[in-house]
Amino acid sequence: KMYRAHMLACRFPAKIQCIVRRDAHLLCLKSPIFISPVSLLARCMSSHETPAHWKSTKQICLENKSHMNFLPVPEGSWQENYNKRQKKWNIMLLASVAALGVTCFVLYKSGSIYLHTYDYRKFQPLRSDALLAASPDKEETSSRINTTASSLLVSEEDTSTSPSCEEEAIVRDIPAHAQYMIIGAGTAAFGAFRAIKARDPKAKILIVGEENSVPYMRPPLSKELWFNEDKSEVENMQFRQWNGKKRSVYYEPKEFFADPKKLNTLVNGGIALVKGRKVVKLDAGNKTVWLSTGEKVTYDKCLIATGGKPRNLPILANASPEVKERTVLYRNIEDFKRLNAIVETAGSVAIIGGGFLGSELACALGKIGQKTGLKVYQIFPEKGNMGHVLPEYLSKWTTRKVGKEGVDVMPEQVVASTAFQDGKVVLTTNEGQSVCVDCVVAAVGLEANVDLARSSNLEIDPVNGGFLVNAELEARRDLWVAGDAACFYDVKLGRRRVEHHDHAVVSGRLAGENMTGAAKPYWHQSMFWSDLGPDVGYEAIGIVDSSLKTVAVFAKATEGDTPKAVVEATGDNLRSEAREIQSLAGDSVKKSPLDTEDYGKGVVFYLNQQKTVVGILLWNTFNKMSIARQVLRDGARNEDLYEVAKLFDLYDTAVGEEEPPAAEKVSK
Amino acid sequence: MSYCKKEGKDEVIFATREDLDVPSTAIINFVEDEADQQPGLILPNGNINWECPCLGGMASGPCGVEFRNAFTCFHHSKADPKGSDCFEAFLCMQDCMGNYPELYPAPKVSMSDELSQMSAGQEGMNLEEVAGDEEKTMPDLFKTEGKS
Repeated sequence: KMYRAHMLACRFPAKIQCIVRRDAHLLCLKSPIFISPVSLLARCMSSHETPAHWKSTKQICLENKSHMNFLPVPEGSWQENYNKRQKKWNIMLLASVAALGVTCFVLYKSGSIYLHTYDYRKFQPLRSDALLAASPDKEETSSRINTTASSLLVSEEDTSTSPSCEEEAIVRDIPAHAQYMIIGAGTAAFGAFRAIKARDPKAKILIVGEENSVPYMRPPLSKELWFNEDKSEVENMQFRQWNGKKRSVYYEPKEFFADPKKLNTLVNGGIALVKGRKVVKLDAGNKTVWLSTGEKVTYDKCLIATGGKPRNLPILANASPEVKERTVLYRNIEDFKRLNAIVETAGSVAIIGGGFLGSELACALGKIGQKTGLKVYQIFPEKGNMGHVLPEYLSKWTTRKVGKEGVDVMPEQVVASTAFQDGKVVLTTNEGQSVCVDCVVAAVGLEANVDLARSSNLEIDPVNGGFLVNAELEARRDLWVAGDAACFYDVKLGRRRVEHHDHAVVSGRLAGENMTGAAKPYWHQSMFWSDLGPDVGYEAIGIVDSSLKTVAVFAKATEGDTPKAVVEATGDNLRSEAREIQSLAGDSVKKSPLDTEDYGKGVVFYLNQQKTVVGILLWNTFNKMSIARQVLRDGARNEDLYEVAKLFDLYDTAVGEEEPPAAEKVSK
Repeated sequence: MSYCKKEGKDEVIFATREDLDVPSTAIINFVEDEADQQPGLILPNGNINWECPCLGGMASGPCGVEFRNAFTCFHHSKADPKGSDCFEAFLCMQDCMGNYPELYPAPKVSMSDELSQMSAGQEGMNLEEVAGDEEKTMPDLFKTEGKS
C-alpha cells in the first residue's frame, strides 16, 4: 500500500528513479510506517539525487514517526478543561450574537431597511383628551409607531393572511364592499361627498376617518372660535360669523351619516362614516383597502383625502417630558380644546411659527391677553409675520400690527434649547433671548399624510410632498387624491400642493365630480384668506410666494383714511393717539424707504421669471376676487401692472369701515 | 400725487384717487368661462343645479332623493298654484324628514301653508351663488323658487 501511495505521489518523470532507490530503503524499515508523501516528493523534485548532507529518508521517517508516546497525556480534570473551553466558546457566541443584534438595530434605526408590515393589534384610536394630564396626542402617535416597530420581529405576518382569522372571530361592523370609498374625513372629503351625491343621487359612500369626529372646518379653530365670548357655544364648537349668525364647525350633524352596517341595504344610498380607524394599506389594482383594525374592504371608486399632520421641531421632539406635556402641535379640534383649557389658567404662552396659523393664533391669544393679562410671545426665523407670503415691507408692517394686538413678536429667532424650571418652560433662542412660559404652541408647517403611499406603492412627489396625481387628481385608475395631501398638476401654474381650506373644498368637489365620470381637470383657482385683527385682512389667489418679484399698487392713504384719523374722528382719547405716534417714531429709525408708509388697501401682483402674473394678493380689498381670477387666468404678460390695478377699483370702499371680510369666505 | 418706491425686487406704487380714476388701458382677456361661472340654483339649460351650495345638505342627506323628487316636480310644475300637483312627492319627503328631526328642524308647515307661500311671490328671481351660510330653510326655498 505504501508502495502504491508512493508511486502515486511521485511525479511521473521521476518515477523510475524513485522506484530504484526507494526499494532499498523500504526494505530496511522494520515496521510499516506511513511515509509523508510530500516530503518525499519535495526531495524528489530535482532529477538528481538528494545531497549527501541531507538526512536520509529513514532518519526522517523515524523522527516523524508517530507512536504511542505521542498520545496525549491527561493532565488535570477533564471536566475543568471542558468547562474552560466551553466558557471561552460561550463568550465568543454571545459576543457574536450581540454584534449581530447591534448591527440589526443600527440597520433598522438608520432606516436602511424598511419592513412593510403593520401590527393591527397595536393600533389605538386617538383619545379625545381635553386635559393637561396626559401627554400630547402627537406623542401618542409617535410612540404607537415605535411599539409597532419593536413588535415587528414578532408580527411579520403577511397582511393579507392575518386579518382573515380576525374577521371570522369578530362581527364586522363595516361593509365588505363600498361603492364609493373616501379615506379621510376632513374638508376634502366633505367637498367630495357633496359632489358625488349631487351627481349620483343614490350613491353609497363609505368614509373612513382617523379622528373621532364628524367632518369639520379648520379656519375657525384659529380665528372665530377664539373670539366667541359665549362659553357654551364654544363648548359645542359654534362660532359667530361677521353677520352675527351662529354656525358650527361641523359641516353636518352626526345624524346626517348613515349606519355603516346598513349602508349597502339603503335603497336611496347614503353616506356612512367610520370614525377612529385608519386605512393602512391599499391595493390599487385589486381595489382593496385594509384597515388598522383588520377589516378588508373592496371599492369601486376611492378617494384619498388624508390631509396632513403638523410638523414638529427636533428641539421640541427631543425635549424633556415636562416640556413635551406643555407643548401643543396645533391642528385639530382636540388641540383647540386643549389649548382653550390651558389658556384659561395660564399666565403666558409662546407660539413658535410665523405663518398663517401661528400669526392668527398669536392675534387671537393676544386679544384674550388684553383682557385676562395672558402674555403672548411669537418666535419665528423669518424677518416678519407671513415672511414667506408677503413682500418684506408688507411683512414688517404686519408684524408691527400683530405687535399692537398685544403679542411680543420675536422675529429672526430660532429656539435653540428648551428647559423646565420652576414649573415653567424656558425657551432660549439662538440670539440669547429666553422666555418663560406655561405653554408652547408649535405651528411650524404641515407634513402630508403619505403613510398609505409607502405601504401601497403609490407615488410621492419628491419636491412638494404628497401623493402625486395628474391634472384630474387621479393617482391610479379609480383612485383619486384631493386636499392637503394631493400634489397635482395645475394646468395654469404647474405642479403644486396647496394647503388651504378653499382648495380642499374645490379639489374635493372636483374629485367627487371625477369619481362620477366628469373627467375635468383642475381649473377653478382656489383662493385663501387671513385676518389678523380688525385692521388687517387679505385674500389671495395663485402662487403667493415672497421670493417672487412683486409689483404692488396701494391706495395712497389720505388724511381721512388712516386708522389714526378714524381714532381722531371717533373722539378717542389722546393717550391712544400719543401711543400711536410714539410707535411710529420709534420705527422710523429703520433704513428702508417703505417702512414709514401706511398700507391701507391695495393689490400686489406676484410675477414669475417670464413676467407673468402667477399670484395676486388683495390687501384689505374685498369682493374683488373674481377680477383677480380673470387677471390670473390671462397672465397680464406685457401689461403695465399699474393699469391692471385700476381694474380693481381700490378706492371703492374706505379704510376703517368694518367690512365683513370673513363673511363669504367662512361660509365658502 | 402718486409716487413709486422700490425695495430690492419689490416695487410699490402709491396712487391717488384721481390717478386711479383714469380708465385703465390694460388689456385683459376676460374669458367667459363655463367652468368658472357659478350657475346658481338653476342651470342655463333649465335644470336644477344639485351642487349649488344654497341647497346645503338637503340634496345629499338621508332624505336627499325624496327632496329631489319633490323639488324637481315642483320646478317643472305648470299647475296653478305651482306645485299643487306634487302632493305625493311632498308627502313622501315630509315622511322621510320626520325620521330625522335633528337634521330637519324646520317647523312642520302644513301643505296648504306651503303652497300659499309658494304662490305668494311672482317676481323675477335673482338667485346667484350664495354662500353656504345662507342655506335656505324649506319654506324659503320654495318661496324663492316660486318667484322665478
